[in-house]
Amino acid sequence: MLKVAVVRFPGSNCDEDALRAAELVGCDAFYVWHRDTSLKGAEVALLPGGFSYGDYLRSGAIARFSPVMQAVAEHAQEGGAVVGVCNGFQILCEAHLLPGALVRNEGLSFVSKPVDLVVERTDTVITSAFTKGDIVRVPVAHGDGRFVADPETLAMLEGEGRVVVRYAAADAGVEANPNGSMNAIAGIGNAAGNIVGLMPHPERMVDARLGSAAGLPFFRSLSALGAGSRT
Amino acid sequence: MTYRVHVRVMPRGGLLDPQGQAVEHALAALGFPGANEVRVGKAIELTVAAGSRDEAEARARQMCDRLLANPVTEDYLVQVEDA
Repeated sequence: MLKVAVVRFPGSNCDEDALRAAELVGCDAFYVWHRDTSLKGAEVALLPGGFSYGDYLRSGAIARFSPVMQAVAEHAQEGGAVVGVCNGFQILCEAHLLPGALVRNEGLSFVSKPVDLVVERTDTVITSAFTKGDIVRVPVAHGDGRFVADPETLAMLEGEGRVVVRYAAADAGVEANPNGSMNAIAGIGNAAGNIVGLMPHPERMVDARLGSAAGLPFFRSLSALGAGSRT
Repeated sequence: MTYRVHVRVMPRGGLLDPQGQAVEHALAALGFPGANEVRVGKAIELTVAAGSRDEAEARARQMCDRLLANPVTEDYLVQVEDA
């Protein structure tokens, strides 16, 4: 059974959803605390959404120096799966495990609503269950979600096909780019595809009784790691 | 010696600064039409114990590079004075 560590920081608030989503797809999911110095044998490190350390200074800026982040970085460097959702994505960027940064939304408002994403990359630990071009509707909920990078980095991400999900207008009524992200980028990965960050919240859409199970394939992709389809 | 350090962190030029834009619009609405190019950053103050002013500044710059500013999106300015 694939072991998934949900990394809890003071101020994480999507940790229980993330744990439950991982359990739903058959993973052995457990919490690790920000003061822990190991991932307790986990094969996947899942950094959930929330407001770690109150978003003080910059979103994710303080969390990246938590003791547990050393273990996360080592896990990532060894090729282990590391996934950051929302605040988790912000932390991964602050920790330089992913390039770019997430800054205040273009419209300044906190944006909380469903968005349509187009899956552009399927060779990652969290999107292997999709087909390239799939459209998936999951919510965003963030104030600092505008992805920015310098022109060279942006060109590299696009040139190497490292954009994992992009905001898309699948039908009227759902805004295409909710926060002003460069190139409407909603999620990116490293070259190997084992480190992925995304602003939207698939863990909130894993049960039809709660609205939709559209986010489940992200977690099925993770659970497939345990089946040996990826290491 | 103790030195007082002032750090000014600003969004990088060229990067959209929606806070600055909002403040600029508010200033115009208040009857200050000549107020332009508003940008909003942050100021951080601290004291640093160091052997010299240069050492204090070097330490402050390390703090900026590692934590106080994000090199992707922000520029910083460090000023050091005797505490």
